[in-house]
Amino acid sequence: MTGKQMSDQSQSAASPDDVPIAETGPVLAADGRPLKQSLNRALRRQKLRALMLIAPLLIFILITFIAPIADMLFRSVENQIVSDTLPRTVKELADWKPDDAELPPPAAFAALYTDLFIAAEEKAHTRLGSRLNYEATGVSSLFRKSGRRVDNLGEDYVDAITAADAGWKKPGPWAVLAETAGSALPRFADVWGEFARVAKVNDKDPAGEKPWELLFVSLAEDLRAGGAAAYDGPLKRELDQITQALVEVAPVDYQAALVEIDAGWADRTVWATIKTYAPRFTPGYFLNAADMHLGPDGIALKPENQRLYVMLFQRTLIMSLSITLATILLGYPVAWLLANLPMRISNLLMILVLLPFWTSLLVRTSAWKVLLQQQGVINDILVWIGLVADDNRLVLINNATGTIIAMTHILLPFMILPLYSVMQTIPPSYLRAAKSLGANNWTAFWRVYFPQSVPGIGAGSILVFILAIGYYITPELVGGTSGVFISNRIAYHISTSLNWGLAAALGAILLAAVLLLYWAYDRIVGIDNVKLG
Amino acid sequence: MSALPPYTTIGQRVWYYAFRVIVALILFFLIAPIVVIIPLSFNAEDFFTYTPGMLALDPDAYSLKHYRDFFTNPDWQQAMRNSVMIAPAATVISVGLGTLAAIGLSQSHVPFRRAIMAILISPMIVPLIISAAGMYFFYSRVGLQGTYVGVVLAHAALGIPFVIITVTATLVGFDRSLTRAAANMGANPITTFFKVQMPLILPGVIAGGLFAFITSFDEVVVVLFVGSAGQKTLPWQMFIGLREQISPTILAVATILVAVSIVLLTAVELLRRRSERLRGITPH
Amino acid sequence: MKLKTTLFATSVLTVFGGAAVAQMANDMTIVSWGGAYQNSQIKAYVEPYQENNPGVSVVWDESSAEAVAKLRAQNEANNVTWDLVDVTAADAMRLCDEGLALEIDHDTALAPAPDGTPASEDFGDMIVSDCFIPQIAYSYTFGYRIDAAEWNGKEPTSICDVFDLEAFPGKRSLEKRPLNNVEWALICDGVPRDTVYDVLETEEGQARALAKLDTIKDSVIWWSAGADTPQWLADGEVVFGSTYNGRLFSLIVEQNQPVNMMWDSQAYDLDGWIVPAGLPEDRLARVMDFLYFATDTQRLADQAKYISYGPARKSSAPLVSTHAELGIEMAPHMPTNPDNAKNAFVINYEWWADYRDDLDAKFQSWLAQ
Repeated sequence: MTGKQMSDQSQSAASPDDVPIAETGPVLAADGRPLKQSLNRALRRQKLRALMLIAPLLIFILITFIAPIADMLFRSVENQIVSDTLPRTVKELADWKPDDAELPPPAAFAALYTDLFIAAEEKAHTRLGSRLNYEATGVSSLFRKSGRRVDNLGEDYVDAITAADAGWKKPGPWAVLAETAGSALPRFADVWGEFARVAKVNDKDPAGEKPWELLFVSLAEDLRAGGAAAYDGPLKRELDQITQALVEVAPVDYQAALVEIDAGWADRTVWATIKTYAPRFTPGYFLNAADMHLGPDGIALKPENQRLYVMLFQRTLIMSLSITLATILLGYPVAWLLANLPMRISNLLMILVLLPFWTSLLVRTSAWKVLLQQQGVINDILVWIGLVADDNRLVLINNATGTIIAMTHILLPFMILPLYSVMQTIPPSYLRAAKSLGANNWTAFWRVYFPQSVPGIGAGSILVFILAIGYYITPELVGGTSGVFISNRIAYHISTSLNWGLAAALGAILLAAVLLLYWAYDRIVGIDNVKLG
Repeated sequence: MSALPPYTTIGQRVWYYAFRVIVALILFFLIAPIVVIIPLSFNAEDFFTYTPGMLALDPDAYSLKHYRDFFTNPDWQQAMRNSVMIAPAATVISVGLGTLAAIGLSQSHVPFRRAIMAILISPMIVPLIISAAGMYFFYSRVGLQGTYVGVVLAHAALGIPFVIITVTATLVGFDRSLTRAAANMGANPITTFFKVQMPLILPGVIAGGLFAFITSFDEVVVVLFVGSAGQKTLPWQMFIGLREQISPTILAVATILVAVSIVLLTAVELLRRRSERLRGITPH
Repeated sequence: MKLKTTLFATSVLTVFGGAAVAQMANDMTIVSWGGAYQNSQIKAYVEPYQENNPGVSVVWDESSAEAVAKLRAQNEANNVTWDLVDVTAADAMRLCDEGLALEIDHDTALAPAPDGTPASEDFGDMIVSDCFIPQIAYSYTFGYRIDAAEWNGKEPTSICDVFDLEAFPGKRSLEKRPLNNVEWALICDGVPRDTVYDVLETEEGQARALAKLDTIKDSVIWWSAGADTPQWLADGEVVFGSTYNGRLFSLIVEQNQPVNMMWDSQAYDLDGWIVPAGLPEDRLARVMDFLYFATDTQRLADQAKYISYGPARKSSAPLVSTHAELGIEMAPHMPTNPDNAKNAFVINYEWWADYRDDLDAKFQSWLAQ
C-alpha cells in the first residue's frame, strides 16, 4: 500500500461518521503518535532523502550547464556597450529626435569628444565601432579613425595652459586640484574621475600619471564658464592666471573639429544609429535573426539580398524532416526484422546497428567524405558498373545531398533502437490471427501491426528530429553551402564574425524550437522511456 | 517467422527474400562506411582515395606509415594523453553524481520528478553548438575556459543523461522487497546499499559509465570551444586534420577508435545480459 | 597604451641588458595555422630555439583562424593562456585597436639586420600596426590541373580565365567568403584595379560583383579550410582552385601532383606574430626572448627552406636558399619575387573592416539562393 492511500484511510478514520472506529479514537503508531502524523513524517523524510540524493547532481547541472545557457541567452538582448562607452553622448541625445532634419546640438558633440577620448584611452572605441557597424555600415572605421585623432582636438587649450605655467605638464597640480575642486569645476571633476579609474585599472596611482589632454580641455571649459570664481583652494591664483590666458584662445568648436576628423559625424544616420541603440537592452539581435532591422524609423524587413536567416531556419527544418523520414523508411524494416528473428540471430545483427552508434561521429563523417566525393568510392563503383559516365560523375558531397546521406546514416540507430523496443512488445500472434481471419499480408500489416508500432515511430522521429536540427559538425564538413544548418551560422558568428549577440539570438530561437519538441517528446513518450541499446 | 511454411505462394516467397535483401542492404549502408576507411588507413599515399595499387592488392601500395605517424607524432600523442586524462575524470563525476541521483529519482515519492528529470536529461537534448557557446562565454567569465577542469566539467555534464537513463532503466525492474528484506534482517541502509542494491544495479552503472566515457572521448564541439591547446583531445586533433591538413593519419586514428568502440560495445552488451539475468528478466 | 609600452620597454631592457634577468617561464603556447606552415615554423624557429634552450617546451594551438574571438574571451576572463599568436595583418590591426595585443617597440624587441640596420627599417612598411611583428608575405592565388581533358592542352594565364567556363570548363573552388572573390569578379568585369574598392562601396558595384560570380556559381565548390583546395585538386574534384600559394607549392613540388600555379592578380597579404596583452612577467620574458631569436634575419630566411612564403625582412631575401629536402631554388616560388609580384593585388583592410559585415551578409544570402 502506498503512503497516500494509507493517509487517506487515517483521514477517514478521524471522521465522526465512521462510528466503529471513531469510538476507539485515532489510530496510533507504536510510539504513541497518531498514525497519520507519523506516516506523513515518514513520507516527508522519504521525500527529503530522495531530494538529498538528487540535489548534488541537480546543482551540478544547474551550475555547469543551465547557467551557461542562460548566460548566453542574456547576450541576445544585452546592449550595455553603447551607454557604457558613450554615457555623456547618450544623455545629450535624449531630446534629439532622429527624424529631425538637423544634427544633434553642439553639447552632444562636446559630450562625444569626452566619451570618445576616454574610450580611446581604454581602447573601447573600436569594439563599440564594430558593434554599431552591424547596424550601419561604415561606423567601424569612423570610430577607429576618430579614436586615433581625437588626441589633438584640444591642442590650443593645452598650449595656453602650459604657456601660462609649465607646471601643469606634470601630474602634481592636477592631483591637488582634484582634491580641492569641490563643485566649482564640474567637468574637470567628471573627467578626473575617469582618469583616476583608468589609472587604477592599470594598477597605477593617478596622482603620478601624465595628465590626459582631456583634463586640460575640461579645465579650460570650466574656467571659461567662470569656474575660477567659484573655486576656493590653494590653486586659486593659478586658475585665475589660466582664465586670463584663455581669453586669447578661440573656443574649440567640437562639431567642426569632429567633422574634420571624419565627415561621417555630419551624417545624421550615424547619430540616429547611436540613439536607436542607446538603451541597455535591445531587440535588435532578435530582429536581425528574423531578417528584420531596427532602424531609426522603426522595424523593417531587410532588403531581399540580405535576407538569410528565415531561409536557413526553413532549410534546417526541411532537411531535418527529410532526414527523419529517411530514417523511418530505412529503420522500420530493420527494426521489424530484428524484432521477429530468433534472439540469437537478432542479437548478432543488432551489433551492426550498435557499432555505428558507438563509433565516433568524426570517424563516420570522415568516412562519408571519402565515400561521397566525385573521385570517391561510390562514384568509382557507379562508373565501373556503367551507371554513370566517367565525365558526368554525381555530385554527392558539399551540398544538401551529402548532408542528408551522412546524417541519415549517423542518426539511423536512434530510430532503429526505439522502434525495435516497441516492436518487441507486439505479439506476433496478432498478425497470425488477422491472417487466419482472412486478411491478406498487406491488410494484416497495415491494419493490425502498423498501428501498434506507431508509438515507436513517434519516439524515434522526435528523437532523430531533435538531434538533427542542432547538428553542426557533419554539415560543416560535408554540407558545402546548400547543406549547412543554422548551427553552422551560429558557430560562424561566434568565432569568425564575432557578432556574439546575433549568435545568441539565433541560438535562442533554435533552443526554443528544441525545447518545444522536447516538451512534446516528454508528453508523448515520457523522458523516462528513452532507451539506449 | 524464420522458416517458410510449404504452402506459401511464389509471390510470398519472392517478397520474403526481397525483404531480406532490402534489410541486408540497409545494414550494409550502416556498416560499410566504417569498414571502408579501415583499408584506407593502410594507404601508402597521402590522400584519402583508393589508389590503383591498393585495388590491385599490391603490397607496396599498403603501409603502416600512418600508424607510425600516430604513435610518433607529439601532437597526436599529446591529444591521446589528454583524451585519456579527460574522459575518465568526466566519467567519474557523471557516474558518481548520476548514480546517486538515479537512485533518488527511483524512490516512490519525489516532488517535481518530471521537471527534475527534464533538467537532468537536457544536456543530451540541447544542440551541442548552443551548449558549447554557452559554456564558452560562461566559463570564460569564471576563468574555466582553457583549463582541464573546465573541459572535464563540461564533459561530465554531457555524460550525465546517459548515466541517468541507463541506471534508472536497471532500477525500474528492481524488486523493492529485497531492500526491505535486508532491512528486516537488521542491515543498515548503507550496508543494504552496498550488499544488495549495488550488485544489482552495477551493470547499469558500468554501462552508463561507458556511455559517459565514450561521450567525452568522442566529443569535439564543446572541447573546441571550452578547451584550449593544452586540452586538445583526439577528436579535436581529428577535426583540425579534416579541416586543415591532408593526412590519412586521421584514418589510422579512426581505425583505432573503431576498435575501441567494438571493445566498449561488447562490454556493454555483456553487462546488459548479465544485468537481465541478475534481475531475473529472461530474454523473450 | 602608452603606459604599457614604457613598462614593457623597461622589462625588455632588463631581459636583454643582462641585469636582474627576470625569471623566464619554460612553457609556451604558440598559436598558428597548422599544416605545412606550422611545420615550417617548428623547423625554422622552434627546434633551433629549443636546441639553444633545452627545457623549453612548446604547445601548439591551431586556432589562428579564430584568434580574435578566442583572445577576446580570454581577455574577458582575465585568463590569457596563449603566449604568441600568428595572425594575418588584418587581425593584428583589429587586436591592436582593441588593446588585446601588446604594442611592441620593434627596434628594441627585435634583432637588427646583420649590417646593423634597425629592425623597424629592415621590416619597413610591412609593420602595418604597432603590435604586428611581420613574418612572411603570402598570396591567395589559383592552382589548376594541367591534365584537364576538356581544355585541349590550353593553360589559363589570367585571373579572368576562372570566369571563362567555355574555354576552361570544370569545377572551381573559391573561398566561402566575399574577400578576394568580389575583387576578382570586378576586375574581370572590366573595373580597373585601382578603382575596385570605390566601385565596391556602392550597392550597384556589390550587385555587379555578385552578378559576375553568378555566371560561374553552378561550377563552384566553396572552401573554408586551407586543406580543401589542395585536396580537391589532387583528387581531381576541381580543375581550378584558389588557396594560399604555399599550399599549392607543397602540392606541386613536394607531392608532385599534376597542378600548376597562376601568378595573376593574386591577392597579396601579410602574416606575423602578436603578443597577447596581459601576460605575466615570466611568460612575457620567455616570449620576447623567443621572438628576438625567431624573427632575426637568418631565421626568417630559414623558414623559406620549408615553405614558399616570402620572408618579411629585406635583409632575409638574399639569404633565401634551397628547399630543405628537394634542393630546388626557393626564390622563384616566392610571392615577393619581382616576376611573380608584378601583377599582384593588394587587399585594402581599412575598407574591409567597414564593409565586412555588410558584404558578408549579402554574400551569404546570395550563396544560399
